[in-house]
Amino acid sequence: MKTAAALMKRDLAVAFRQGSSLGTAVGFFLTVVVLLPIGLGPDQALLARIAPGALWIALLMSVLLSADRIFSDDFEDGSLELLTMGRVPFEAVILIKATVHWIAAGLPLAVIAPCLGFLINISPQQVVPLAAAMIVGSLGISLLATLGAAVTVGLRRGGVLVAVLILPLYVPFLVFGVAASSNLVPGAASAALMALAALSLAALVMVPIAAAAALRSHMR
Amino acid sequence: MKLVGEGLAVERGGRCVFRDVDVAAAGGELVLLAGPNGSGKTSLIKLIAGVLEPAAGKLSFTGGDDELTIGQQAHLIGHQQAIKPALTVLENMQFWAGFFGGDRAMACLDAFGLGELSGLPAGVLSAGQRRRLSLSRLFLSYRPIWLLDEPNVGLDGASLAQLANHMREHLKSGGLIVAAAHTDLGVKAHRTIELEGK
Repeated sequence: MKTAAALMKRDLAVAFRQGSSLGTAVGFFLTVVVLLPIGLGPDQALLARIAPGALWIALLMSVLLSADRIFSDDFEDGSLELLTMGRVPFEAVILIKATVHWIAAGLPLAVIAPCLGFLINISPQQVVPLAAAMIVGSLGISLLATLGAAVTVGLRRGGVLVAVLILPLYVPFLVFGVAASSNLVPGAASAALMALAALSLAALVMVPIAAAAALRSHMR
Repeated sequence: MKLVGEGLAVERGGRCVFRDVDVAAAGGELVLLAGPNGSGKTSLIKLIAGVLEPAAGKLSFTGGDDELTIGQQAHLIGHQQAIKPALTVLENMQFWAGFFGGDRAMACLDAFGLGELSGLPAGVLSAGQRRRLSLSRLFLSYRPIWLLDEPNVGLDGASLAQLANHMREHLKSGGLIVAAAHTDLGVKAHRTIELEGK
């Protein structure tokens, strides 16, 4: 437990001191949301209709932008090898890395996204469901980004490959996320939110095992 | 306490680095790995640490804690220093202290005379100081096996003497050391394994 806390504390300190992952993610997100109404023109009804989907797509892209940093630093400076030699299972190390990425990139975006949504005329009733769906969904999104980072660690220009590998896995998150954020059919939103939670929980179980196996085989 | 490897072979990138290498080290012994660049010294050390898997052969460690893997009973000091430049020297040490289950980060820094630099960002350290910070990890928690991959690279005379002292003390306390080095470490090796390379 102490081991896990130490790793989490270090990674959070590095993430916030370098400021790169959060800065990149928020900056990209802001850019998309600001440019969208300029590109689409001042049709407020259209903007309100596409707002949840646009915010979700922006969230997915922003999280992916910072994904390839998750393991690359530790891989290059040799920390990753030492992390396999601790008393905690390597899978737990992965889980902590994913959690840190979520706290440093996914979660802040999920919290500010609905607020930025007002720039693209999101309807006020949608703000709370959108925030809830994004908080639940961003955990799974960060976990999948971790998996992508684990598979491509050590490759030059791994970022592009992460996107290609992981984007298909993001489709269900996008589908249920948008459904949970827009109350088109009464009752459908809560069902979609539960499906989204199920996806995140499934990722929580499977990603650490898969990512640990991928990283081990990279070091070999 | 005995570390035994028989008929070890390692393949990297589809190429056989070495094969049929035997390793034996008992408590209190220093085993030196010698050989030209690319002969597999680092690979053998990483193999013992459990980072690499043997393509053939068997590695066993008796007399330690049977519940733990060999890697979990070993300290590895490799070419890469595992130092985060954004954190201070002390913060780097505190992290590894927390991770390896020790709480004497400050005392460990003093082992190689880095106590005065504890507040500096690790990014401004010189190569030799980074190596000393990396070596200081050896003292975070007691682990019987030390795996040192060219630990003396970049060290000044005083630090070399400190390293030799620390190694002698570790051997005296019953630990074992597997070290790769091209130059004299200042400690008499009980056995030298010649890796040939090709």
